[in-house]
Amino acid sequence: MAKVLMKGNEAIGAAAIQAGCKYFFGYPITPQNELPEYMSKELPKNDGVFVQAESEVAAINMVYGAAGCGVRVMTSSSSPGIALKQEGITYIAGAELPCVIVNIVRGGPGLGGIQPAQSDYFQSTRGGGNGDYKLLVLAPANLQEMVDMVQEAFDMADYYRNPVMVVGDGMIGQMMEPIEFRTPVKRELPSKEGWATTGTKGNRKPHIINSLFLDPQGLEDHNIRLQKKYKTMKENEARYEAYNMENAEIVLAAYGTTSRICKNAIDKLKEEGINIGLIRPQTLWPFPEKAFQEIPETVKAALTVEMSEGQMIDDVRLALNGKIPTEFYGRSGGMIPTPDAIIDKIKEMLGGLK
Amino acid sequence: MAIVFEKTKGLTDKETHYCPGCTHGIIHRLVAEVLEELDVLGNAIGVAPVGCSVLAYDYFNVDMHEASHGRAPAVATGIKRAMPNNVVFTYQGDGDLASIGTAEIVHVAHRGEKITTIFVNNAIYGMTGGQMAPTTLIGQKATTCQDGRSKAHSGMPLRVSEMLATIDGAAFVERVSVHNPVEIRKAKKAIKKAFECQIKGEGFSIVEVLSTCPTNWGIAPTESLKWLEANMIPYYPLGNFRTPEEA
Ligand SMILES: Cc1ncc(C[n+]2csc(CCOP(=O)(O)OP(=O)(O)O)c2C)c(N)n1
Ligand code: SF4
Repeated sequence: MAKVLMKGNEAIGAAAIQAGCKYFFGYPITPQNELPEYMSKELPKNDGVFVQAESEVAAINMVYGAAGCGVRVMTSSSSPGIALKQEGITYIAGAELPCVIVNIVRGGPGLGGIQPAQSDYFQSTRGGGNGDYKLLVLAPANLQEMVDMVQEAFDMADYYRNPVMVVGDGMIGQMMEPIEFRTPVKRELPSKEGWATTGTKGNRKPHIINSLFLDPQGLEDHNIRLQKKYKTMKENEARYEAYNMENAEIVLAAYGTTSRICKNAIDKLKEEGINIGLIRPQTLWPFPEKAFQEIPETVKAALTVEMSEGQMIDDVRLALNGKIPTEFYGRSGGMIPTPDAIIDKIKEMLGGLK
Repeated sequence: MAIVFEKTKGLTDKETHYCPGCTHGIIHRLVAEVLEELDVLGNAIGVAPVGCSVLAYDYFNVDMHEASHGRAPAVATGIKRAMPNNVVFTYQGDGDLASIGTAEIVHVAHRGEKITTIFVNNAIYGMTGGQMAPTTLIGQKATTCQDGRSKAHSGMPLRVSEMLATIDGAAFVERVSVHNPVEIRKAKKAIKKAFECQIKGEGFSIVEVLSTCPTNWGIAPTESLKWLEANMIPYYPLGNFRTPEEA
């Protein structure tokens, strides 16, 4: 297929429809409005349904209902709206239903701001909902990757019967880039016939979509099963990009659009003969721990760069397990880290290392 | 010997956990019988609430979802939009529907969502041990208003059917009771009409059923039926508030 130029939020919608998403339930919030607007226009033309819910709480519960019927369904929001969706997200995870949730992150806490941010890392990877559950969390850095990931997210959700979250900052939602719609790598997807609520038609036992286990042993068994599934995800789904790692003195850790700024800084430093590497997690959960455990011997320190006050750095530290000193540079909600500021921080660190 | 009565196929054989004398069981049976009589058991998808009827998914012999507290109408919306040819219903208590779930019930009516809601009003939070509900009557004692509900502190009890009847998308709204056999028969008729309204695609339908909670009212089962009649019906008048116009 030829490349087309699209705005991020609309490209997400187009990718979802390509992936067979037929249902979208949402609620307006900046900076993701173009996505529900696009779905309201395009889904009806594709045999689908868009409903503007009365709240994010209602929207995610509509997703729960539709997902239980075995259809491909999506919702999107931005940070405060995702906070409201947490109730539904833990029910969906608990009942093991597939769906795709998009978070176009803006600054917080509270109403925060409407500019791009990465301050929902904890919210996505630790979960704001109750209980021991995990989401698969994908973090694209450009629109092509966004489109690829959104398409694959539906397959991943069906494969694991688990909600998948795609996290982009406001910049990804608003920017325009050329993209190409490609078919994701095929997975052997299990049939939904054994659990989807479609009506018994009088010839099978009722299907029940549920996350309640009043018997403590039953609940623990359920949790053990879920943990087994999460372990498989951890083994199979962690992804990252490594950039300029050979002979790197310092490794940067950054995801999403921040990683692009880091690459700029790395390229500039290379011209000065300074070798800096980058590990860019493409999945925030599972976190690509191995990438950090296998860093070359030349690397003497790590620097995590985020559009937040420091969240992913916790996972970087856990992965490095004290192997090298780990520092942080970040700006919050709409204050974008510049390549020069990152370079200054790196030089300051290099000074200290010598 | 001729069989004169058989349990509806709409209920499973599972023994319910409801307290002795609780009318949740009667209401379950009415809903199940109606689904069977309309021949939609194989096509129905129900949504259980959070409340004493949380385990309704084990009792109705149809596909079921268990919703989070108050969100059953949103869950039912997702189901109905994905499966427009199925018969979709929610079964909710008054804490679930009239307190935490007010936004969801108002907007399911507002959108004219083609689902049916069975709203069990027992004027109290049953499952959590008898706290005040928005529907608790003035003077009625509950564990969070131990001297009885007062208007000054908590406002007047919420009349849900009257409120929903002001919404255009609510095609069928009726309040019934199950405190005696005559009213039980009327309740079943209303439930049937509500489901027929959904099947004909006329909009949102709801039946509010006045129900007892002998355990948390602290009144014996037979006395509870009398208490309901003497105290609840004067404040929550029975009758139809909206019905689709005959073509
Ligand atoms: C989010 C949330 N808040 C509170 C509860 C606790 N809770 C369980 S049942 C219930 C009240 C149910 O009362 P009602 O809807 O009147 O139904 P009844 O038990 O009387 O049939 C509450 C508050 C919960 N499970 N979830
Ligand atoms: S607590 Fe009340 S509503 Fe709940 S089962 Fe017992 S009597 Fe019924």
